[in-house]
Amino acid sequence: MQWNLTDDRPIYAQLMETITLSITSGALPAGSRLPSVRDLAAEAGVNPNTMQRALSELERAGLLYSQRTAGRFVTDQLENITQKRKELAMEQIHAFLRSMRDMGYTSEETIALIRQAIKEEEE
Amino acid sequence: MNEPILQCTGLCKSYGNKAALNNVTLALERGRIVGLLGPNGSGKSTLIKLANGLLTPTAGEIRIAGNLPGVETHSCVSYLPERTYLSDWMTADDLLKFFADFYEDFNIDKAAEMLTRLNISAKDSLKTMSKGTKEKVQLVVVMSREADLYLLDEPIGGVDPAARDYILNTILTNYSENSTVVISTHLISDIEKVLDDVIFLNKGQISLHKSVDDIRTEYGKSVDALFREVFAC
Repeated sequence: MQWNLTDDRPIYAQLMETITLSITSGALPAGSRLPSVRDLAAEAGVNPNTMQRALSELERAGLLYSQRTAGRFVTDQLENITQKRKELAMEQIHAFLRSMRDMGYTSEETIALIRQAIKEEEE
Repeated sequence: MNEPILQCTGLCKSYGNKAALNNVTLALERGRIVGLLGPNGSGKSTLIKLANGLLTPTAGEIRIAGNLPGVETHSCVSYLPERTYLSDWMTADDLLKFFADFYEDFNIDKAAEMLTRLNISAKDSLKTMSKGTKEKVQLVVVMSREADLYLLDEPIGGVDPAARDYILNTILTNYSENSTVVISTHLISDIEKVLDDVIFLNKGQISLHKSVDDIRTEYGKSVDALFREVFAC
């Protein structure tokens, strides 16, 4: 995983985002086993207690689950992952729409521009 | 086991009529990595020396796992002093044997492996090593003890950034749930991600004791940025 941690926000929250992205993108497939807390912490260069906190919060959010002896896994509830993925997408879209509105575009104009951009990329 | 690994109660230390520590009350739990931060002359080294019994308190007390600093605490505290006390003629290999002789909890294999990783030849004598290499060797022997409390006074100041990363990683992967590491340093941004908690010392008093993520949540900035703001000259 690519751990790009910035200075301005809590570390555990940034760890959660990185892991969530790996899950929604499929880099960490549903049902797959996670490395140990210690290994993940060393990989990210963070304190193991901080990594532990991020993983516990992701368990609470239903993206991970742990089994007493076997370790920690990505959820096999595909609908949890699909829902999270959509949530992330909607966040991006709303942020984008907000900045388009700030530039003075109407919804129709924005949609037309999106269509145009997609066409250009396909060419 | 729930007893704090380090506890200070009303701890004061004066040099003549200059107070270096003034009524410090503090408890550190096991299993934490703690940054001891403060400007020059704020009392960081004094606190660490008191914990080692190198200084005696003017008032109040300091306890390590319930004991006053003494023979029992020396066997469970691994201390990296701010200045080297090692003999120049020793080779790295001599030093490992010396530590193995001296400390029951010294893991000589671990130390040898770390030296190899850092490209330090065991045959080299300390005299021939650069300042940074000497620092690395000292840190290696200190971290190769299986202690309950590590007190590191300015451990990474003279070490290059690449070796710094390796050393911090070693601290992260080696420390156990039962041991606590206290690091005094000015290189806050380098070690901030590694720390659980930070303590700000200002003029001999604790002005802040919080977790790194609590600071980031509360102030919306890194510990490094907060430090620069709090201690701006």
